[in-house]
Amino acid sequence: MSNGVFDDVQVIPPAEVDDVELYHAHSFITKYVFSQDAKIIAIQYSATAITIGLVGLVLSWLMRLQLGFPDTFSFISPDQYYQFVTMHGMIMVIYLLTALFLGGFGNYLIPLMVGARDMVFPYLNMLSYWIYLLAVLILTASFFVPGGASGAGWTLYPPQAILPGTPGVEWGIILMLVSLVLFIIGFTMGGLNYVVTVLQARTRGMTLMRLPLTVWGIFVATILALLAFPALFVGGVMMLLDRVIGTSFFMPEIIQAGELLGTDSGSPLLFQHLFWFFGHPEVYIVALPAFGIVSDVISTHARKNIFGYRMMVWAIVGIGGLSFIVWAHHMYVSGMNPYFGFFFATTTLIIAVPTALKVYNWVLTLWKGNIHMTIPMLFCVAFILTFLNGGLTGLFLGNVVVAVPLSDTMFVVAHFHMVMGVAPILVIFAAIYHWFPKMSGRMLHEGWGQFHFWVTFLGSYLIYFPMHYLGFVGVPRRYYEIGETSFVPPSAATLNEFITIMVLIVGFAQVVFIINILVSIFKGKESGPNPWNATTLEWQTETTPPSHGNFGDELPVVYRWAYAYSVPGVDADFVPQNMHPDDVKGSGSADDPSGHH
Amino acid sequence: MSIFHELAKKPWLINPAEVEGVPPPAAFFVPVGKVGLRVFLVVVTVVFTLMLIAYGDRMLFSTWRPMPEPWLLWLNTALLITSSLAMQWAKSSAKQGNSDGMRDGLLWGGVLTIAFLAGQLYVWQQLVDLGYYATSGTANAFFYLLTAIHGLHMMGGLVAWGRSVFKMWRGGAVADLRLSVELCTTYWHYLLLVWLVLFAMLLFS
Amino acid sequence: MVLAVALIVLTVGSVIFHFWSPWWWTPIASNWGSIDNALLITFWITGVVYVAVLFFTAYCLYKFRYRADRRADYEPENTKLELWLSGLTALGVVALLTPGLIAWNEFVTVPENAVEMEVLGKQWAWSYRLPGKDGKLGTTKTKLVTDDNPFGINPKDPNGKDDILIEGENLHLPLGQPVKMLLRSTDVLHDFYVPEFRAKMDLVPGMVTYFWITPTRTGTFDVLCAELCGVNHYGMRSNVTVDDKAAYQKWLGKQKTFAALYPKAAAGEQLAAVRKDSKSKQSVQ
Repeated sequence: MSNGVFDDVQVIPPAEVDDVELYHAHSFITKYVFSQDAKIIAIQYSATAITIGLVGLVLSWLMRLQLGFPDTFSFISPDQYYQFVTMHGMIMVIYLLTALFLGGFGNYLIPLMVGARDMVFPYLNMLSYWIYLLAVLILTASFFVPGGASGAGWTLYPPQAILPGTPGVEWGIILMLVSLVLFIIGFTMGGLNYVVTVLQARTRGMTLMRLPLTVWGIFVATILALLAFPALFVGGVMMLLDRVIGTSFFMPEIIQAGELLGTDSGSPLLFQHLFWFFGHPEVYIVALPAFGIVSDVISTHARKNIFGYRMMVWAIVGIGGLSFIVWAHHMYVSGMNPYFGFFFATTTLIIAVPTALKVYNWVLTLWKGNIHMTIPMLFCVAFILTFLNGGLTGLFLGNVVVAVPLSDTMFVVAHFHMVMGVAPILVIFAAIYHWFPKMSGRMLHEGWGQFHFWVTFLGSYLIYFPMHYLGFVGVPRRYYEIGETSFVPPSAATLNEFITIMVLIVGFAQVVFIINILVSIFKGKESGPNPWNATTLEWQTETTPPSHGNFGDELPVVYRWAYAYSVPGVDADFVPQNMHPDDVKGSGSADDPSGHH
Repeated sequence: MSIFHELAKKPWLINPAEVEGVPPPAAFFVPVGKVGLRVFLVVVTVVFTLMLIAYGDRMLFSTWRPMPEPWLLWLNTALLITSSLAMQWAKSSAKQGNSDGMRDGLLWGGVLTIAFLAGQLYVWQQLVDLGYYATSGTANAFFYLLTAIHGLHMMGGLVAWGRSVFKMWRGGAVADLRLSVELCTTYWHYLLLVWLVLFAMLLFS
Repeated sequence: MVLAVALIVLTVGSVIFHFWSPWWWTPIASNWGSIDNALLITFWITGVVYVAVLFFTAYCLYKFRYRADRRADYEPENTKLELWLSGLTALGVVALLTPGLIAWNEFVTVPENAVEMEVLGKQWAWSYRLPGKDGKLGTTKTKLVTDDNPFGINPKDPNGKDDILIEGENLHLPLGQPVKMLLRSTDVLHDFYVPEFRAKMDLVPGMVTYFWITPTRTGTFDVLCAELCGVNHYGMRSNVTVDDKAAYQKWLGKQKTFAALYPKAAAGEQLAAVRKDSKSKQSVQ
């Protein structure tokens, strides 16, 4: 092979991390604590995110206890209720989902899937985790400071967020903002790694269009995050100044308790624009990695190539781009110029087209597949259902005039929990059941997995599907109790009790899941290197779990895309990305299936 | 090779030239540090752009009261331009393998930057003495915010600069230092550009 | 197999729940039937897609379940099918958007004969201001708000003297009369929310927001706050009563004006004091 392409390669070495540059740990501390290995950092990120996520889960139980059984639990005061609401939302969206998808799965999977030895800036990567941990600790500390955590709602709208009358205005809101600013700084360090690693450290043959969709999802989500988090950063810093030194970025003239505050001419709406310029892409920062992971897991377990790979890539890129021009659909009743509604309703509904196409393509991947009903597959199908449900209710809320009666009601709560609570978390479970064997060398227990799946899936659906109807009735969100009204029927209280009971049951199932993980790490069935017969590079490592440097002496060379499943004329029903064409057994060629030229 | 062409490829079809696996397109053959810095500068650009949009938005309000621009800001601007020139000198010297030029350029660049930061602090002091507090008007608040964020980025640059100087002090060869010096220079030029835009906006109000 | 059955059961169950559950929106009491219609159209279109996709998924799960003697098909893409599906989805989106935007156009176009009324929110109570005989509301300033002038009405504006103030009581609205609700807050965000009216809007300190409705049904309805406004958000309640014209006039006749309720403030006596107070506060800062 001495065509022009390879002559060039002799001159310019492939852009990859050389073994010389690879960081080597010399002690236990540098190997497992202050580690610069992306896989260790990934596990640190995941463990921290899941731990703080469990705190968020417990907060949701407390909230639901109050909503299901008002006037029963004297230990939940209105102050505390709003603190639970706020901290639950912030923890779940930022500190669990964002951190777990990008910091956890991103760190573990990107280098392995693109065929790199590690992230390109390992030191920065390590710093990223420790700053994230600091941010989590500061956030947690806000529970214990005088006045407690902030109760401003996770959207932290000023002026309310920094004025008396809102819990946590003394210290809670300051710690919250400091924690967010730190999170963003830490994330930026990690994000630079993920982007540059995908751009620069791909192994030979790993062209952009041979990347697994997981990498595409995480890659585009990271770009979104790098461009969107600055808006939260700017808003957070400005609000911090408003709170601490008394500037008026977001504070107009205000009379509170009969007293004129010293603030002047700030704009509360400015914060909302900044917040949602971050907040809407944030939805896709969580969703795109989930899209990617689901695509790969479905394809693997259905033994069929992902249907319409190119369209899936374009949809990821298109959705990512569109997500920056839809933010004000969160502000239809905010008092902004109502004519903006025409524009934002249109862009929002346009985004439905590529998103719907992704759903069709997942289902069409199942079509004529040979579907193994493994636990990861179960979770993926459950994701399709919940995501479809949440996506369709998004069409209600995106269509400006339909959103008006529904905004700020329980319908919104049900919608976003379905689409960016339950759906991504089901993908996280699918991913953990799918990749746990690679990370530990052992399988998770199947029976417990079945139990975990069915309780989680059916339970979540029974929680959130009926909740939409409370929104139709008109029950507002963020109400400590609804009290006496003329429009909420007494039967709604029964429904609230039912939802609370389901929440507790689903919560219990997560305990089973955690136990399953802890037990299986030590006692699970040995998995071997590639238990699912998958094609992507992470399953082709020399050792399981992969050692430092990922790929032994030589980096893999990639010959084909990630979806060579059930290729006609090939004996095996999968061909790994790095298998040399001469090694592929069968009458045909893995790379030249008849009829597709 | 355009990105659209790349994204239109059908990866399940094998181009004979790709059977052995091709490396990433030649366009990406730049050191990771450079790519990383460029991505980072995009992020910083978003930060400043959003602040400037917010600033412009508030400027349109009837309650806007502009604040004076001390003449010292012109001097600071000159200092920053000179420091950027010095960094450029360091960079081109490094390219030619001229270690003395690199050393002088780098040191002057850093010293002038520190002078700029001191000058900015002095401007704050002057304004506070005149009674222009951050709390007494949105224009003032934005002035302090924008200069502070810019100054913090400058200080971040000084950390990277300090690392390069330390390496040089320890007798690092020009070839080993070239990339660090180049990255610092890019960053300095970028922050100069940001400052010029900020300064123009402040003058314009 | 089990999952396929589960999908069918959930889908069918959801449809049954939709039609038979006791939880549905409150009978409408305003002109915004077009919002309800747009919502119903959305329900039908999305409902059909939901059921269709899930039934098809369940079918695939059953039909193509793993069998050792079978192999999956190999079909990288089918551009024609994908374009068809995208096109159909786009059509669905147009079908949703068109009635929505037409209704929104109506929503943002306040009729010329609409009567202006003001809703004032503060932590955690609602008050209302109606124009007096001159049919105009007086101008206001947040800085002027005191115990003696809770609305911050500018005493120099002659239009404000006869404004009718309603504090701690129901707001009454005349049946069939378009009303432009001007919304104002003196502290934090609130949201004027009457489920039966469908329309709602935030109150934003520092600006005046609005929406308009025509009440179409008499009765008394709850007013709630729908934007988190602090620890007593859930307790920020009031009522609005829609009266026929005669009853409305009778009620209106009993209400007091700014000049009658706060004669000192209306005469401008408080003006100087408050301004000085606020000035001194600012210079302290």
